[in-house]
Amino acid sequence: MIAVIDYGAGNLRSAVRALQHVGADLVVTDDPALITGAAGVVLPGVGATRDTMQELERRGLATIIPQIIAAGTPFLGICVGMQVLAQTSEEWSDHACLGVAPGAVRRFPAEVGKVPQIGWNQVCFTTEHPIFAGIPNGADFYFVHSFYVDTPDERYVAGRTEYGLSFPSVLAFGSVVATQFHPEKSGRWGLALLRNFVRLVAAHDAGNGERLAETAAAKAS
Amino acid sequence: MLTRRIIPCLDVKNGRVVKGVTFVNHLDAGDPVALAELYDREGADELVFYDITASSDERAIMADVVERTAAQVFIPLTVGGGIRTVEDMYRMLRAGADKVSINTAAFYNPQLIADGAQRFGSQCIVLSIDARRVNEAGAPPRWEVFTHTGGAGRATATDAVEWARQGAELGAGEIVINSIDADGTRAGYDLELLQAVADVVGVPVIASGGAGSLQHMLEAVTIGRADAALAASIFHFGTHSIGEAKTFFADHGVPIRKL
Repeated sequence: MIAVIDYGAGNLRSAVRALQHVGADLVVTDDPALITGAAGVVLPGVGATRDTMQELERRGLATIIPQIIAAGTPFLGICVGMQVLAQTSEEWSDHACLGVAPGAVRRFPAEVGKVPQIGWNQVCFTTEHPIFAGIPNGADFYFVHSFYVDTPDERYVAGRTEYGLSFPSVLAFGSVVATQFHPEKSGRWGLALLRNFVRLVAAHDAGNGERLAETAAAKAS
Repeated sequence: MLTRRIIPCLDVKNGRVVKGVTFVNHLDAGDPVALAELYDREGADELVFYDITASSDERAIMADVVERTAAQVFIPLTVGGGIRTVEDMYRMLRAGADKVSINTAAFYNPQLIADGAQRFGSQCIVLSIDARRVNEAGAPPRWEVFTHTGGAGRATATDAVEWARQGAELGAGEIVINSIDADGTRAGYDLELLQAVADVVGVPVIASGGAGSLQHMLEAVTIGRADAALAASIFHFGTHSIGEAKTFFADHGVPIRKL
């Protein structure tokens, strides 16, 4: 079961519809117990990092999310759900974010052109990752954002996009994948990425089941 | 690099596509969901449903159309027509629209733009402006906002470029510029109008009204500096497919989304 975190984000239903379309067995919830026990977790998002952090804190999720990430549960952050993984954000004055990835959320400088970036742009993979299975390098995805994650540690970056500057459009570290674009609005490649996430969750869940069985067998003997 | 978008617009009345579609013999050409799926497969970058339904009863049908489309088509979907309040916006967004397009209601109540942007985010609010060229021949170009109430068009004496600037300032995330002179004439978009708006707003500009050829669409995003070209009849009547439009853009060095 995948938990899609419900913290009042406007596009929650879009993410849910797309995940269901690729066969995800999911629950939409803000219950910390359900989220902690889920086989995979999705944090969708549209809006500002400050509002999102406040909504997560109000639900007790700002401490839960780093815990489930540390525990190795497959996690997918989308748009603002990616940005809040950083340490800080300068959106509506500096404030702290979840801090599971190094770096800061910064506004595109005016020199890049129109802000927000709205539309389809290419994602160039900087590393191999199963989340990209079957997706061509340089495929177009749909972006709507004024801010991006500026990380000093390239090991956290799995994909980059050019918009006046090069910014990380996909983060991947441990069991976490996060995208600045909206896979739920990115046509076939977006659906392919979501399907890959659902598969990663299933594989991880099966691995967990085997480990549990091994532990039980070890205890029995 | 950010691509230029090609956006087909479907006029929907009482749950059915109004303008004839001649190229889809094997499917129900009046079914907006089926057409949305077809355009999605052909490479449309977004879709616009324009609701020309008269009564509020029939708007429930539109919400249903949006809901069924959003369950099948995973590209951005904008709904326009008949949206007068923040609650109207909410209804369409909840049904699965990603953006709502407002026109006359925003002109007479600009606060609607700010209220919608505050509640749903600027990225949800598209301001659509109908503009008509009003300068004397030989005088510098000038355009007035044209509104539609009760089926009748009305000139407003408000400068259309200035209204676009104000709308973006109030929180509209994108501006659709529909040239009344060009609309339906297939003589091309009003490129000077597009340029004038692109010069004063910092948000994406979408060209609408007047596309009769692929060359017109290309000019809108090159000479007119629009971010996207919206068109209806050129696609509906089978003059060109969306795939042909994108190939034409690519052949002329304009970045497009590859399928």
